[in-house]
Amino acid sequence: MSATQNIAASGQMNEVILRLLRAARGNGVRVSVAEAIDAFNTAAVIGYDDRQALRDSLSLTIAKTAEEKALFEHCFDLYFRREAVARQPQQSADGETSPDGQGTPSQGGPAAAGGVGGGDGQGGSMGSGTGAGSALGKMLLSNDEVGLSAAMETAAEDVGVANISLFTQTNMYARRILDRMGMRALEEEIDRLRNSDNPEDAALAERLEAARAGLGQRTREFVERQLALFGAETRREIREGALRAAQLSSLDRRDFDRMHGLVREMAKRIASKYGRTRHRDRKGVLDIRRTLRRNMSFDAIPFRTVWKREKIDKPKVMAICDVSGSVAQVARFLLLFLYTLTDTMRDIRSFAFSADLIEVSDILAREDIEQSIVKIVEAVGFRSTNYGKSLEDFDALGMPDLDRKTTVIILGDARGNRNEARVDLMEKIFNRANRVIWLNPEHRASWGTGDSDMLRYLPFCHQASTCGTVAHLERIVHDMLRDST
Amino acid sequence: MSENTLTKVPDIAAVESGLVSAGYIPNRQIATALFLALRLQKPILVEGPAGVGKTELAKAAAQFLDLPLIRMQCYEGLDESKALYEWKYGKQLLYTQILKDKLGESFKDAEDLGAAMKKLNSVSDIFYSFDFLEPRPLLRALQLNQGAVLLVDEIDKADEEFEAFLLEILSDYQVTIPEIGTVEAIVPPVVLLTSNNTRDLGDAMKRRCLHLHIGYPEQKLEERIIDSRVPGVNEVLRKQLVSFVQQLRTIDLRKLPSVSETIDWARALLLLHANELDVETVQTTLNVLLKFEGDMQTGHKRAGELTYKAVREGTPAVQAAD
Repeated sequence: MSATQNIAASGQMNEVILRLLRAARGNGVRVSVAEAIDAFNTAAVIGYDDRQALRDSLSLTIAKTAEEKALFEHCFDLYFRREAVARQPQQSADGETSPDGQGTPSQGGPAAAGGVGGGDGQGGSMGSGTGAGSALGKMLLSNDEVGLSAAMETAAEDVGVANISLFTQTNMYARRILDRMGMRALEEEIDRLRNSDNPEDAALAERLEAARAGLGQRTREFVERQLALFGAETRREIREGALRAAQLSSLDRRDFDRMHGLVREMAKRIASKYGRTRHRDRKGVLDIRRTLRRNMSFDAIPFRTVWKREKIDKPKVMAICDVSGSVAQVARFLLLFLYTLTDTMRDIRSFAFSADLIEVSDILAREDIEQSIVKIVEAVGFRSTNYGKSLEDFDALGMPDLDRKTTVIILGDARGNRNEARVDLMEKIFNRANRVIWLNPEHRASWGTGDSDMLRYLPFCHQASTCGTVAHLERIVHDMLRDST
Repeated sequence: MSENTLTKVPDIAAVESGLVSAGYIPNRQIATALFLALRLQKPILVEGPAGVGKTELAKAAAQFLDLPLIRMQCYEGLDESKALYEWKYGKQLLYTQILKDKLGESFKDAEDLGAAMKKLNSVSDIFYSFDFLEPRPLLRALQLNQGAVLLVDEIDKADEEFEAFLLEILSDYQVTIPEIGTVEAIVPPVVLLTSNNTRDLGDAMKRRCLHLHIGYPEQKLEERIIDSRVPGVNEVLRKQLVSFVQQLRTIDLRKLPSVSETIDWARALLLLHANELDVETVQTTLNVLLKFEGDMQTGHKRAGELTYKAVREGTPAVQAAD
């Protein structure tokens, strides 16, 4: 018998771990299947009795960076607080019902302060008469918090509250949990008591009604906690997915912070890939010195050949950004990208223009991105754009440093208000630079329409693409680092 | 893991006391990590700033488990011939020379080339056997009868290819030598990898390991560490100097002082016969704690204030104890 009990108990604990892992995933900890298996093995070795040891060891097994550890441990605490809730229900019950108590003292008084002793006494005396018939009613009247919490957990399990993903589902799950706990029977009972002639019954109905309202509130709060735990993943996926694809020019102000976070994350990923000095074998050119050294043990007979390697240089980047109107938004994130990636590049110089062009590298290096964007826009922004004049300024400022290893990124809509386009300068840049990438926030179809000079600049770009979202930005920066030689 | 090793560590507390007996004062996470590593036979990836005792942990573990410590320092360009095995080419050549006559003799009665080849085939494997294999740290760790503690130090300094090459050892405790076959561990070693986080390790690597992050210790723990490492320091000074270092870590410095620096400093103070901290001693010995010019200047500027605080925090506790 005890063996089967053990199996049942361990099955239950497995369920606990599984749900904990799902919650951890939802909070941003990456847990692979193999790690989940490790987590089970760990739990089996450590046991569930020492919560602290379990927390430590699962954190060792699952979380693989310092940030993930913090996330996981937070999640672990949040998850296991549910059990603590079952243990100290009295306080929470008081907290919930006291506001009711102020409004309607006659009802709230006994329901809240009935406590264990009083409630039991009354329940007993009524048992002979009509009393509370339903199990739920009995628990409510006797203020059996442990029983209620347990019933709520069981009901929550039955309706699968761990699948909750959106806040709009809160009421539905709360209702289902209440149904499972026997809310129908309770409601019927209240109705019956109300219709009865006995004044005692009417008073009982009032008390049950008050307790029912409290329970409803509590269930909703319970479900909201579950949502915080399990729903985070879906919410974040939806939100970040939407942000990735969102047009930067029409981005809501309150999404800026989140977008900054997203860009930093992307940049970190790219940086860890390209941060180190990379080498490439030049197959066919023998490195004689290293070959001889490698083959000392063969009497210097070259069994193993070592080829000459060439260093893949980190790119030198010059970013030229239009900071007028809608383009400024995209510029902001491009610059954020570039400056988060400083380590992966040899040298970044940035220029901003609308009517005139100035170098903004210093501002960006010194201040944080928010501040610098404001400053830059103050300095040059919001004037009638003049591409020709700006290219002339670049010719003076940036051109001397432009060499074969430089990648030039130009960000702009190429709408120069019918000023002289100075395509000749663009050609000069094209001839001198390693690569010229033009990012245009406008859709390709509108290139060349109206006052757009895009089609005239196009022959002098190695790559020109629409760039309206961070997903675009990421791809472009990725390509730039990969192709650099 | 051999039975013998496992019986030494029935629970986490045993690991903790074992490490203490080897002169290493662990926090709870460290003891838990080592316990799990022994039980689940998984490597531990230890991360954290320099000087918090990542390498020391491996040494202490080896000492208390009574296993040999095999250390492999990683660096860029490390490859399998330096980490795993190398053929003893010289010996092979020499043996061929010596055996030349012998071979000629034994092939004399071979009727034709085919028969000679057959004969040759029967002996050729000798040259690619364990006799001519020079085991490097990784292979040695697998071949020890009683098991070993294998420390792969600063794995982040090695190339990504080498990291991938380690995966086979980390998950299955075996290596493949093309000429011989797969060599399995006699007793799986206890593996510790350390990383200073100069680059992100691959997910495959992280997945196979328990991930232990050792940060700077808390005041109490650091006092215990100093007590264990530099026993000559009296209690007042110990409290004060640890408190000073703890405060120093809250300042914005380029390189925060680590435990190893605290230990060095305690030793220095001991040599100077200091019984209590005072500003002058701190000013003259600050170079033990801080390693950059800019940090030194900041340190000198704030030394007075920090010393005062450290002395105030260190002393009343002692008086209360008295």
